[in-house]
Amino acid sequence: MLLKLTCMVPLYPLIGSIINGFFGLRIGKKAVGLVACGSMALSFLTSVLIYAGYLLLPEGQHVYEQIVWTWFAVGDFSVDFGFQVDPLTLVMMFVVTGVGLIIHVYAVGYMREEFSYYRFFAYFNLFVSAMLLLVMGNNFLLMFIGWEGVGLCSYFLIGYYFEKKSACDAGTKAFIVNRVGDFAFLLAVMYIFNIFGSIDFTEVMHAAPEKLIYGGEAVTIITMLLFVGATGKSAQIPLYTWLPDAMEGPTPVSALIHAATMVTAGVYMVVRCNALFNLSPLTMTVVAFVGGGTAIMAATIGMTQFDIKRVLAYSTISQIGYMFMACGVGAYTAAIFHLVTHAFFKACLFLGSGSVIHGIHGEQDMRKMGGLKKYMPVTYWTFLISALTIAGIPPLSGFFSKDEVLYHSLMDGNIAFWGMGISAALLTAFYMFRLVFMTFHGESRVDPSVHPHESPKVMTTPLVVLAGLATVGGMLGVPLFHGWHILHNWLQPVLHFDLASALQHSEHMLHAAGRHAPSWTHLLEPKEHSGWIEFSLMVFSTIVAVIGVAGAYIFYIKQPHLPAKFTAGQWGFNLVQNKYYVDELYDDVVVKPTVKGSNLLWKECDTKAIDGAVNGTAKAIGWFSRQAQTLQSGFVRNYALFIVVGFVSLLLVMF
Amino acid sequence: MFESTVPLPHYLMLSATLFVIGIVGVLIRRNVIVVFMSIEIMLNAVNISLVAFDHYMNLSSGQIFSFMVMCVAAAEVSVGLAIIIALHRNKPTVNLDEFNLLKW
Repeated sequence: MLLKLTCMVPLYPLIGSIINGFFGLRIGKKAVGLVACGSMALSFLTSVLIYAGYLLLPEGQHVYEQIVWTWFAVGDFSVDFGFQVDPLTLVMMFVVTGVGLIIHVYAVGYMREEFSYYRFFAYFNLFVSAMLLLVMGNNFLLMFIGWEGVGLCSYFLIGYYFEKKSACDAGTKAFIVNRVGDFAFLLAVMYIFNIFGSIDFTEVMHAAPEKLIYGGEAVTIITMLLFVGATGKSAQIPLYTWLPDAMEGPTPVSALIHAATMVTAGVYMVVRCNALFNLSPLTMTVVAFVGGGTAIMAATIGMTQFDIKRVLAYSTISQIGYMFMACGVGAYTAAIFHLVTHAFFKACLFLGSGSVIHGIHGEQDMRKMGGLKKYMPVTYWTFLISALTIAGIPPLSGFFSKDEVLYHSLMDGNIAFWGMGISAALLTAFYMFRLVFMTFHGESRVDPSVHPHESPKVMTTPLVVLAGLATVGGMLGVPLFHGWHILHNWLQPVLHFDLASALQHSEHMLHAAGRHAPSWTHLLEPKEHSGWIEFSLMVFSTIVAVIGVAGAYIFYIKQPHLPAKFTAGQWGFNLVQNKYYVDELYDDVVVKPTVKGSNLLWKECDTKAIDGAVNGTAKAIGWFSRQAQTLQSGFVRNYALFIVVGFVSLLLVMF
Repeated sequence: MFESTVPLPHYLMLSATLFVIGIVGVLIRRNVIVVFMSIEIMLNAVNISLVAFDHYMNLSSGQIFSFMVMCVAAAEVSVGLAIIIALHRNKPTVNLDEFNLLKW
C-alpha cells in the first residue's frame, strides 16, 4: 500500500520546480521558499512512509518495483518507466531528500538577497527530482536520464551568476567534462543490452554470473566504461578538473550538488552494479588505484589552496576517492557508509563556509579571514565538529566510515591501498585544520571596513542539524562487534554475491567454448577478519589524524611564519599549488587543438567550401533566372504568342 | 433530315480560317476591344467545327457542346468587359501595350 507512493517522491520536487520556474516571480520570495522547502519536506516524508512500507514487505522479498508505464517498446526491447525500492535505494533516498531538505532551508536564508531567487529554487528542485530519478530508476536508461538531468542542473547552477564570465566558463567546463563520462556510460548501457537483451537492473544483476565469464573481456569492457562514466560524474582522475571550478556556483549548490549528492552518483552506480564489478578483478584493481590516487592527489592540492571553497572541493574529490577505493576492494558497504557520513559532514562544512562567506560579505580568500570564532560561534562550533569528523577523530561518524574503508583496503586489498588511504587521511586532517585555523583562529585579517556577523537562524539551524547527524551518523556502522553494523545488515540483500557459483558458471562457459579455465580456488578461501587488526588500525589512524591536526596547529597557530618559510621557492610546492598543471595540460592537449581544429573547420571548410558551394549554387540559379527574366516582357500579347507557339509546337510533335 | 450538299472539309476549312484570323487578331492588334472580339471569333470557329462534326457523324452532343461554349462565351464577355472597364479606369486608354506591368 505505502509503496504505491514511490513514484511521488521524485514528483514532488518536479512540481515544486515547475511552480517556481513558471510562477516564481509572481508569487513572491516567501512563497517560492515555501514551495521549494515544502516539496522537499513532502518528498522526505514520503520516503519515510516508503521505508515503513518496505519493512512490511513479506519475508524474503527485498525489491519492490513499481512500473508507472511502458516508456517505449521496439521489437523485443522494451523499457519501463519504473521505480525500484531496495535497501540501497532507500539509503540514497534518505540522503538525497534529507540532506536536500536541510540545504533547501539553508538556501532560503543564504539566497535571500538574490533577485533570481525563484530561478535558483526551480533549478534546485529540478536537481533533486533528477537525482531521485537516478537513484530510484529500475533500469539503466532511467538512471541515465537522471544522470543527465543532474548534470544539466549542475550546469545551470554553476552558471547561476551568468553575468560573470568565470561562472559561465566553469559551467561549460563541468558540462563538457561530464559529457565525456556520460558517453562512456551510454556505451556501457548499449553493451549491456547487447549481452543481456535487457537493461533492467534486477534482470541484469541476476543474469550477470550466468552470462559473463569471470575476468572475461566483455565484463571488463562494460565495467571499465561504467567506471569512466563514474569518474566523470564523481570527479575522479582523470576527469576531476571540473569540480574545483564548479565552486563558482552559490554555496548551497556546492553543498548539495558538488558534495553531498550528485558527485556520489558514480559511487552509487558502482555499488548498484556490484554484480558486474565483482566479475572483473582487473576493473576492481583500476577502481581502487584511481580512487586511492585521487584521494592523495586531491588532498595534496587541498593543502595549498587559499580559496575556502576550493579547499573543500578538493577535499570532496579526495573523499570520493576513498569511496571508490572501498568499491575497488569490494567493500561496498564501507563505500556507502562513507558516502552517507560524507554527505552529512561535507554538507555541513560547505554550508559553514557559506555562512562565513555570508558573514564577511562575499570574501572567499582565507588569507583575508582569521579570528572569526568570536563573531560567529554557531558556525564555528558546527564547522569544528565537521572538521573533526572528516579528520577521523573518534567517536564522530567520519572516524567509523573512514576506518572501515582503511580496514577493508588492507584486508581485502593490499598494503599499497592502505598506504594511500592512511597518507590521504593524514593530509586530510592537516588541510582541514589549516582551514579551521586560518578561518576562525589567530588574528583577524578581515578588511577593517567589513564587520563580520553571525548568520540568521534559518542558516544556522541546518548547520546544527547537520553537525548533529555528522556526530551520530557513525552509529550506522559500529565496528568490531559482529552483527552491530546496521548498514552492513541492511545492504546485505543488494550486495549478496555468490562467487562460487559464478565461478562455476564461468568454468562451464569456458569449457563450452573449448578454452581452459584457470584455477580460481584461491579466490574462494574465506578472508580472515581479525578484530585485533581492526582495533590496532583504529588506534593507528586516530594517531595519524591527531598528528595531522597537531601539524596544522604548529604551522598555523604557533608559528604562522613557518609555512611561508618552508614553501618559498620549492618547485614541489609550486607544482602542487598549481594543481600539478593538469588544467594547463588538458588545455594544451585537448582544448586548444579542439579550438584550433574547429577554427580550421569553420574558416576553411565551412566558410569557404560549404558556404561557397551553397552560395555558388544560388548565384548560378540567379544568373539563369535573370536570363529567363527577359522572356517576361509584361505585354499580354507576347504571352498569347507563347501560348500559340507552344500549341503549334505541340501539334508538330504529335503529328 | 436532309442530306447536306456541303462536304465536311469545307466546314473545317472555314473553322480553321476563322480560328487563324482570331489568333492573328489577338497577336497583332493593340486595341483591347478588338483583341477581345478576336477571342470571340476563335470561340465561334470552334463552334462551327463542333456543329459540323455533329452533323457529319449524326450525333447531337456536338450541338449541346456548342451551346455550352456559347454560355461560357457569354459569361466570359461579361467578365472580360468588366476587366476592360476596370483597366480603362486605371489608365484612360484601350491600347494593350500600355499595360505592361505584368512582369517581375
